[in-house]
Amino acid sequence: MKTASYFRSYRLVPYVFVLPFLLSFCAFYLYPLIGTTVMSFQKIIPGRTHYIGLENYAKMFSPDFAQALGVSFQYTVYTILLLVPVPVILAVLLNSGLKRLNSVYRAAFFIPSLVSVVVAGTVFRLMFAASGRAVVNSILGLLGAKPVDWILGGAWQAMALMVLVAVWRWTGVNIVYFMSGLQAIPADLYEAAEIDGAGAGRRLVSITLPLLRPTILFVTTISIFGGFSMFEESYIFWQGVSPNNVGLTMVGLIYQKGFQLGDLGIASSIGLVLMLIVFALAIVQLKLFGFFGKEDR
Amino acid sequence: MMGAASRGDAFRAAGKYLLLGMLVIVAVFPIFALIMASFRPGRDLMRYGIAFKTLVPSAFDPKNFIELATSRDGVYLTWFKNSAILTILQAGLSLILSSFVGYGLGVYRFRGRSLVFMLVLAVMLVPLQILILPLYKLMSAIGIMNSYAGVVAPFIVSPFAIFFFRQYSLGIPKDYLDAGRIDGLGEFRIFFLLTAPLMAPAFGAMAILMSQQAWNSFLWPLIVMRTGDMFPLTIGLNSLLTPYGNNYDMLIAGSCAASVPIIIVFFFFQRFFISGLSAGGIKG
Repeated sequence: MKTASYFRSYRLVPYVFVLPFLLSFCAFYLYPLIGTTVMSFQKIIPGRTHYIGLENYAKMFSPDFAQALGVSFQYTVYTILLLVPVPVILAVLLNSGLKRLNSVYRAAFFIPSLVSVVVAGTVFRLMFAASGRAVVNSILGLLGAKPVDWILGGAWQAMALMVLVAVWRWTGVNIVYFMSGLQAIPADLYEAAEIDGAGAGRRLVSITLPLLRPTILFVTTISIFGGFSMFEESYIFWQGVSPNNVGLTMVGLIYQKGFQLGDLGIASSIGLVLMLIVFALAIVQLKLFGFFGKEDR
Repeated sequence: MMGAASRGDAFRAAGKYLLLGMLVIVAVFPIFALIMASFRPGRDLMRYGIAFKTLVPSAFDPKNFIELATSRDGVYLTWFKNSAILTILQAGLSLILSSFVGYGLGVYRFRGRSLVFMLVLAVMLVPLQILILPLYKLMSAIGIMNSYAGVVAPFIVSPFAIFFFRQYSLGIPKDYLDAGRIDGLGEFRIFFLLTAPLMAPAFGAMAILMSQQAWNSFLWPLIVMRTGDMFPLTIGLNSLLTPYGNNYDMLIAGSCAASVPIIIVFFFFQRFFISGLSAGGIKG
């Protein structure tokens, strides 16, 4: 009898362990997801909420939507183009040579990610101020360029500002990811390659990059999510109202429609479409990542 | 190793460290500029932004910091307190609950395990930003808007931390569990007494990550917290940026004081952080 009850309780144990997740999943993901789906088919006026079919979806594709999708898409592409290769190179450099100095450098690169986006926005706003004497414009001045009005000047200035804040904040984090990936590569591979006379460049292309592939795909994947769900980097510069919507992102649009204009229905439909976009990209990425095949049974 | 120094190629090593050093300066410069600017009167910043010529203040006048603590009835200190409470609540609960779930997924084999793990991955892939509207309605419905509980609730189980703890506990030898069972320990005491201490590096790494996320979170507290006395630092500082002009005296000193604690925490736990992330992180 004793063994039987032990066995029975033992079988329940794992479920107790995963229970917190299941509860929070139902309350904070599943329920809101259903809620947002329902709302996307409704016209929501307090007391007089009613179903309107696909009207929200039909109305959703406004010029604002196109603008927000464009900004989010560009932002995602630029951040990936910068936040994958640069940290890879830095991680490779930091993975060889003097250990102590490397860890000091790595910590220094990590510091910006500890700072909140509001603080980052405040400093960048001042460093990128429109005046010719502000730090960035005075460097441009030395190079013979005219001062740039980064915040109010136009589309490319706004995009550059948002991307630069992201690069500043996330380079150190991605370096840590890539360094942990590098440390999983067996050292004897490099030794063998060196004996065969492979130079540093050759070793990078033939050993490091292929074996770093899972980490590269992982970082690319989280960059896609981060890119498409970006809101804060824009909000800190323009508080939701940028000239010609140069800083309007998809989540910014949801915030604007839902919280500032009070149209919860249309905001929900935008949210769902955004989620489908991100999900589709995620599936493609995870297929490349080889995630589904690798999960042990 | 492939170290440049071991090849005796001192030139290239020097070049490498020179390049890295320059990049480190670029990375750290904004923080340095922030600290320097915090000792200047705000009207200087209003006019030119942060300029090279005025980078180093003529005198290190702590006026801005004194005003920070005293102006507007010390509202900054209230924001600071709110941030501290929210961070401890959110990071603490999420560490305990997420490690619990991750460990359960990593160590036990049970029906539905793959399904639960797939759900964890799926949740990792749904940015919470998309769900802010229904979450907002939910929080209003259960009446926890403008409260600590409302800010913290959606984040007390972190899918990323679950994933991380799962990866980490996959490496725990089954002998440990069996040894505990032979000694008559229940499964939960095995976790708290035997295996959780083994996962100390993972706890260290996640503690930094979770605290940083909680301390710096922005969008969700922006929605949940309605009154100035409930704002965390991020929202409070943001409220100083207004269309009628920015209160730079308070903003800069306040940004400075908001960033220093988390940087100090990082330096204390730094070694934990890197080794923990490498051990449990993404394996090739």
